[in-house]
Amino acid sequence: MPELSDIDRRILATLQGDFPICERPYAEAAAQLGIGEAELLARLESLLADKVLTRFGPMFQIEEMGGAFVLAALAVPEARYEEVTALVNALPQVAHNYRREHQLNMWFVLATESKAGIAEAIAQIEHDTGLPVYAFPKEREFFVEMKLEARL
Amino acid sequence: MIDTIDRALIVATQGGLPLVPQPYHAIAEQLGIGADEVMRRLGAMLDAGIIRRIGAVPNHYAIGWTANGMTVWNVDDDQVDTLGAQVGALDFVTHCYRRPRALPAWPYNLFAMVHGASRDECSAKAAQIRALLGAACRGDDILYSTKILKKSGLRIAR
Repeated sequence: MPELSDIDRRILATLQGDFPICERPYAEAAAQLGIGEAELLARLESLLADKVLTRFGPMFQIEEMGGAFVLAALAVPEARYEEVTALVNALPQVAHNYRREHQLNMWFVLATESKAGIAEAIAQIEHDTGLPVYAFPKEREFFVEMKLEARL
Repeated sequence: MIDTIDRALIVATQGGLPLVPQPYHAIAEQLGIGADEVMRRLGAMLDAGIIRRIGAVPNHYAIGWTANGMTVWNVDDDQVDTLGAQVGALDFVTHCYRRPRALPAWPYNLFAMVHGASRDECSAKAAQIRALLGAACRGDDILYSTKILKKSGLRIAR
């Protein structure tokens, strides 16, 4: 795991949202952190290269544009885990995928541009893997705010 | 809700913003539109909630949150909405949803994500949720993630 510098920590603490929309947004964000534009760009580049960040940019809420997000799960036989992972991850509609400790041991989020796209993706996964997909569409959202500060 | 230019903007930025001093100008050049239009449209999508936020998306394992538990609860249907709102309001819960059960394999209808530096920390948080739900909860489980298999985020086709 890469060592985080003090400035990396401050980037993580302050830049998980509110990145400005303006002519020189990195310069503006850097000024708030008390560093220069070039340093912020270099830090972001290395945080991405070290996989401390998975991305830097907009997070889209596809439901607001007519699409859908659905959480789904598979019970994958241990002997087939790698093969099934590759099959599931190959679909661009799979936005995230996590291995979890349970009989349902693969949990992924489908993100599609249309609501109909979810059923198509599920049918595709069932066809490719031969395993039944358990779909858990949200019926109600109580809270979503995934902003965790570095605690290393 | 969105037009073809918005869609092109989403395709151009879903993998991340360019790491150059003027990223919106770089996107504008790529799409053949003005930087002012890129900024105006991104601002409008932010206001409309189509963009939740713009910034850094951390790999939470890499920043010290090595225990990530999906807590799941079987809550009385007539109380789940009231209690779900209370669970969602706990400061350590990052996502909270009501979802359908899949009986008999899956009796749980309330999902809440908790994170910690250890499983003990997660289970202490789950205990707080359990106390809040009280007798309305008939059963629960916590599913720890042991590996990120993919985390690309949204990818709509070009």
